[in-house]
Amino acid sequence: MIREKVAQAPAASGAAPTLLALRGVGKVFSNGVRALSDVNLTIREGDFLSLLGPSGCGKSTALRLIAGLSTPTSGVLDWRGGGSLDRSNIGFVFQEPTLLPWANVFDNVWLPLRLKGISRAKATPAITEMLARVHLTGFEDAVPRELSGGMKMRVSIARAMVTKPRVLLMDEPFAALDEITRFKLNNDLLELWQDERFNVVFVTHSVFESVFLSNRVVVMAARPGRVFDELAIEASYPRDEAFRTSPDYAALCRQASDVLVKAINSTAGAHHDGH
Amino acid sequence: MTAIDERVLELDPEEARRVRQERFERIGRWVLPLAIMILAIWLWDRICVWNAIPQYILPRPGVVLWTLYNDAGLLFSSLLVTLRITFLSLALAVVGGVGLAVLFAQSKWVEMSFFPFAIVLQVTPIVAIFPLINIYVNDQTTKLLLCAWIVAFFPILSNTTLGLNSVDRNLRDMFKLNGATRWQQLRYLRLPAAMPYFLGGVKIAGGLSLIGAVVAEFVAGTTGQSSGLASRIIEAGYRLNAPRLFAALFLISLTGILIFLVLSLISHLILRRWHESALKQER
Repeated sequence: MIREKVAQAPAASGAAPTLLALRGVGKVFSNGVRALSDVNLTIREGDFLSLLGPSGCGKSTALRLIAGLSTPTSGVLDWRGGGSLDRSNIGFVFQEPTLLPWANVFDNVWLPLRLKGISRAKATPAITEMLARVHLTGFEDAVPRELSGGMKMRVSIARAMVTKPRVLLMDEPFAALDEITRFKLNNDLLELWQDERFNVVFVTHSVFESVFLSNRVVVMAARPGRVFDELAIEASYPRDEAFRTSPDYAALCRQASDVLVKAINSTAGAHHDGH
Repeated sequence: MTAIDERVLELDPEEARRVRQERFERIGRWVLPLAIMILAIWLWDRICVWNAIPQYILPRPGVVLWTLYNDAGLLFSSLLVTLRITFLSLALAVVGGVGLAVLFAQSKWVEMSFFPFAIVLQVTPIVAIFPLINIYVNDQTTKLLLCAWIVAFFPILSNTTLGLNSVDRNLRDMFKLNGATRWQQLRYLRLPAAMPYFLGGVKIAGGLSLIGAVVAEFVAGTTGQSSGLASRIIEAGYRLNAPRLFAALFLISLTGILIFLVLSLISHLILRRWHESALKQER
């Protein structure tokens, strides 16, 4: 909205075809917690969509529903072409690197292919290329504990992307990293996304991260978890360090921050009313 | 080592003290128990001499050593018999323990149904079960094996079961997302994750299988058909041959220590690259 939209900014116009539509999706856990309530959300081809919200707003639950790791209590997830998407088309990056501690970097990235019955020899080109993309060439033989937090997360991303999924789901992947590492991984993730043109749903509680990365920020509120508002971030890609320090970015962050504060206050209000 | 020594010169007093303390601890770990051991043996020898204790009640350490050398042929052939039972039963305990653990891991129902039986088997003293085994089993080796196995398999079963069930939840989700079959989940995730637990169980079972082999032979030995170290001890006891009794006892202890050390080494070699227990403390 502040910068001119350029041709390579994807899906900002809303003209892009729908990939996934969540219609009236709700989730109630057996302990009675309403994690999600009447969530309506459309993910379009080419989106880098962030789910932004305070803890307890159900953003991780939404991600698990999309991944098929959990089923909704009410409502439907409507994948383009109907039914559920083949799981091989989904890559998932957890908050923790979630690597096999006994296996080296190469074997960890090989794992999704291995589970599909692809031999080491056959998988090697894809693994080597993926490791180069996340700047881990030369670390094939290292085991996770020999790597820094940022490098472990790179392995985790390489593992999720090695099957060339159409959708990459990320659950606060960089929350545990220091700021310098997080910035670097943000840049590298954007680069990867622009080259490969997959869809990303990115769960975060960081305003700055969501604005920097995504073309759409969906702000969620808690108790019950719901979609509060949506912001289009119409700044052009590629976004780099210059964008991070630009006034445009600052203005967008303020805007997103204001919405987030409203979302949090709406919860606080509801909370007080409830008691 | 020399690198540390050179660094001492530039260190502040606190760090220098720490380096010194680490060096003392490194040496002390070996020297202290050794010194105490030598002192105890010396004291043992002196007590025998000062009180003029006859050899058939408490032999001097030198006599025990001499007996070990003199009766080497007899004692070591008996040791081989005991070792055979020990290792066979340990191998069977590994196969049985891991096999049952994998079976239990397939379903909570199986585990809930059968685990109590394993516990019953574990808590009932083997000496009390032996008369039954004696009735049902004819072959002497099979009897001993069965006894040693009953004693040794439980730690492997219980540890491996725990290990198979302590897989990181996210990793489990990751396998699910990638469409892993039950077999793939076991092969690539649960078995490797259980490895440290399993090795811990084997370390306990190694000692127990030796104890099981000796105890079983003790109970069976009274029927007088076996020739392992336990029957040598019983025999020596009847004849008031205390030096040989001590020599046999010494061999059993030594074997137990060696089994533990070998199993610890194997465990370390397997886990050294990734598991916290096998890593050097760097902080």
